Amino acid sequence: MTGIVDPTIINLVVFVLAIFVGYHVIWNVTPALHTPLMSVTNAISSVIIVGAILAAGPADVDFGSILGAVAVGLAAVNVFGGFLVTQRMLEMFRKKTPKAAKE
Amino acid sequence: MSANQLALWYLLASILFIFALKGLSSPLTARRGNLFGMIGMAIAVLVTLSVTKSVGLIIVAAVIGGMTGAFVARRVQMTQMPELVAAMHSMVGMAAVLIAVAVVNNPASFGVHDPMPVGNRLELFIGTFVGAVTFSGSVIAFGKLAGLGKKFRLFSSAPVAFRGQHMVNLVLALLMIGFGAAFFLSGDKGWTPFIIMAAIAFALGVLIIIPIGGADMPVVISMLNSYSGWAAAGIGFSLNNTMLIIAGSLVGSSGAILSYIMCKAMNRSFISVIMGGFGAAEGQVAAGAEQKPVKSGSAEDAAFLMANAESVVIVPGYGLAVARAQHSVKELAHKLTAKGVSVRYAIHPVAGRMPGHMNVLLAEAEVPYDQVFEMEDINGEFGTTDVVLVLGANDVVNPLAEQAGSPIFGMPILQAHKARTVLVNKRSMAAGYAGLDNPLFYMDKTMMVFGDAKKVIDDMVKALD
Repeated sequence: MTGIVDPTIINLVVFVLAIFVGYHVIWNVTPALHTPLMSVTNAISSVIIVGAILAAGPADVDFGSILGAVAVGLAAVNVFGGFLVTQRMLEMFRKKTPKAAKE
Repeated sequence: MSANQLALWYLLASILFIFALKGLSSPLTARRGNLFGMIGMAIAVLVTLSVTKSVGLIIVAAVIGGMTGAFVARRVQMTQMPELVAAMHSMVGMAAVLIAVAVVNNPASFGVHDPMPVGNRLELFIGTFVGAVTFSGSVIAFGKLAGLGKKFRLFSSAPVAFRGQHMVNLVLALLMIGFGAAFFLSGDKGWTPFIIMAAIAFALGVLIIIPIGGADMPVVISMLNSYSGWAAAGIGFSLNNTMLIIAGSLVGSSGAILSYIMCKAMNRSFISVIMGGFGAAEGQVAAGAEQKPVKSGSAEDAAFLMANAESVVIVPGYGLAVARAQHSVKELAHKLTAKGVSVRYAIHPVAGRMPGHMNVLLAEAEVPYDQVFEMEDINGEFGTTDVVLVLGANDVVNPLAEQAGSPIFGMPILQAHKARTVLVNKRSMAAGYAGLDNPLFYMDKTMMVFGDAKKVIDDMVKALD
């Protein structure tokens, strides 16, 4: 029982704990906001752009870095599209000032 | 920046993502949550760029992609949200596959040993096949949702089934795992088994989604949401990136929970949705049934009934959105409220084409969200409601669901039949997705108002003046 824990095991620990966090946070989301939940999770999963940046990043342009750049482009669609469309939807759920008074 | 510092920044970004999701527990905190999400994403991207050698290509790609995304986000109609979400899932899936290919091509540039150890190959295999299935599955789901079925049979919203389908899927899945194993064991880069494995995964994505019918799309879209998260987490394992693992797991569990909620709302097991074929032939059986008498009335009669009620509950279905009548409904509710009638909306979880869709459509029409109630919250109150107005909904108010032996027995419904008077607007007596007749329409206290939802509601509004 000596030595350093393999990084894969640490990743597995993080993975399992994150699923628990996700489970509890998501059940608290109000059903009225399930569509914004989907679009914002879309935006969040496009954090895969980090991997794409690593792939596109080497000093010399080669096959791998071009694929990486394409992946950056695809993920960027989601980063911007996901967060902006979520914001657009959430604006609609803003508390309205009581308009009923005008009639 | 050292790897340790980088990891701490990634931790901060992950926490911000959790806050983004936590904010969605109430409309009051949701916008701030979304802002946290954006900040988290900005941190993640900027610190990664700070350790990148050449950023030119990345900036160009990000600007093109980002502008496309921003343009679509501004222009998309709220009724098209399911298509947009499906399209976005496919982006994540494809990005995962492309990154995996880049890792196979040059592991060293990701800090992975070259040639890759078996452990990394296993993680890469998982990230690749989940990404590939997510991509091709989402493309099919997009086509089905966007109604491209007329041009391409593959995108037909009716289930596309053939004999031995499940056998083919099983054999392909086993083959994919076989080639995956060959990829683990190969001493060199292992391109051949990797490419064949990825190709089979793309085909599987198509085959898994084509047999699923239009009525089950809310489940499919939630399921693909989940897959896109697992794909990101898989890539996170290969790259030893905890933030990708955390974000991917959050999204993965979110999609899984939404799938569960949708299945429960339709009283369908997840397995039976995946096996597909629902809502295909059953519709014709019901159509041949004998015509029973229904009571029908005009929009003016309906308006009179509502104006003299104390409480009205509106049950909107997707038919309402198809007729683009949300604004008219809001106008109607407004007029009734001015006359002292209490007006509320009752939403079934599968009222739209994706989870929470109807809530967004009503919010877009500026219906105040505190008048909109979920099924569990309002079902107990139908008994004391004077008038229920059902607009373009059918299966979700079908009392057969409470009768043992009926095909939809056990499906949770909005108990509209318990109200004193029921008004139902439909274009015709056609059956709903489940292809079942609806006894609600033949009850003594029910009055049918036939016609296009928008026109009928506009007539009601006029009658109230």
